[in-house]
Amino acid sequence: METTRVILSFPIPDLFTLAFWLIAGITVLLALGVIFFKNIVHSALCLIGTFLGVAAVYLTLEADYLGLVQVLVYGGAVSVLIVFAIMLVQRGSIRETNLFGRLKYKAFLIALVVFLLLSHLLWRGNWPQTDAAGAVENSAEGLAGLMLNDFVMSFEIAAVLLLVAMIGAIVVSREVKK
Amino acid sequence: MFTPGLIHYLLLGTILFTIGLYGVLSKRHAISVLLCIELMLNAVNINLVAFNKFLYSSALLGQLFAVFIIVVAAAEVAIGLAICIALFRYKGTLDLDKFDLLRW
Repeated sequence: METTRVILSFPIPDLFTLAFWLIAGITVLLALGVIFFKNIVHSALCLIGTFLGVAAVYLTLEADYLGLVQVLVYGGAVSVLIVFAIMLVQRGSIRETNLFGRLKYKAFLIALVVFLLLSHLLWRGNWPQTDAAGAVENSAEGLAGLMLNDFVMSFEIAAVLLLVAMIGAIVVSREVKK
Repeated sequence: MFTPGLIHYLLLGTILFTIGLYGVLSKRHAISVLLCIELMLNAVNINLVAFNKFLYSSALLGQLFAVFIIVVAAAEVAIGLAICIALFRYKGTLDLDKFDLLRW
């Protein structure tokens, strides 16, 4: 009975599996687009798509609060910042702005070696098998409890870091008076 | 086999990280290097959330670390783009091959 069920269920993957592979494929393709587009505005648009794909990956991992934060912070704030910076530093034609440097092939070799090494270690790794029995129901509630009790110091330091970064960005990019 | 488990999420993170690494090492425009660093940070976040779900799902420590990484990444991208704008004002270009001021 069990084997027939396994055999019958094999060719038709369930909706969650299909969604994961679709999301993963789209995310990886968009990430490749960041590298291989010659126009830097197209690269930035691909990067925004990658951010949204990663947010969908968080949703498949039941991290709904994190997916929301990803859409807000990366899909909203960081992407607007990047597009504005590209607009500010552009001079002349934008067509061939995102080219490879001198290290194109050596860097490809290094990245390939790192990828093969990491994926080899992942396949060889002896990961413990656990079921998600104790999974947390509401991740926003749990995260709020952690942030405001055990990790309140890190939370406050993160707030100070954001303030320092904001003031620093204003000071660094301000026009210098001659 | 095809049902997404821990190994699939880790491989997705590895692929994104390696694409970002390739971009950081090979791109010529300073802003596109920053874009690729963002890609690498996102890959690390996927790993943390996957570890949280599959290995330690009773607490949310991995997701908490991912939130802190997002905070630091937002600070980093703000400072990095400000430095890019200041550099552009100083040199008139963002071609990384032209910045050899500290080379001896």
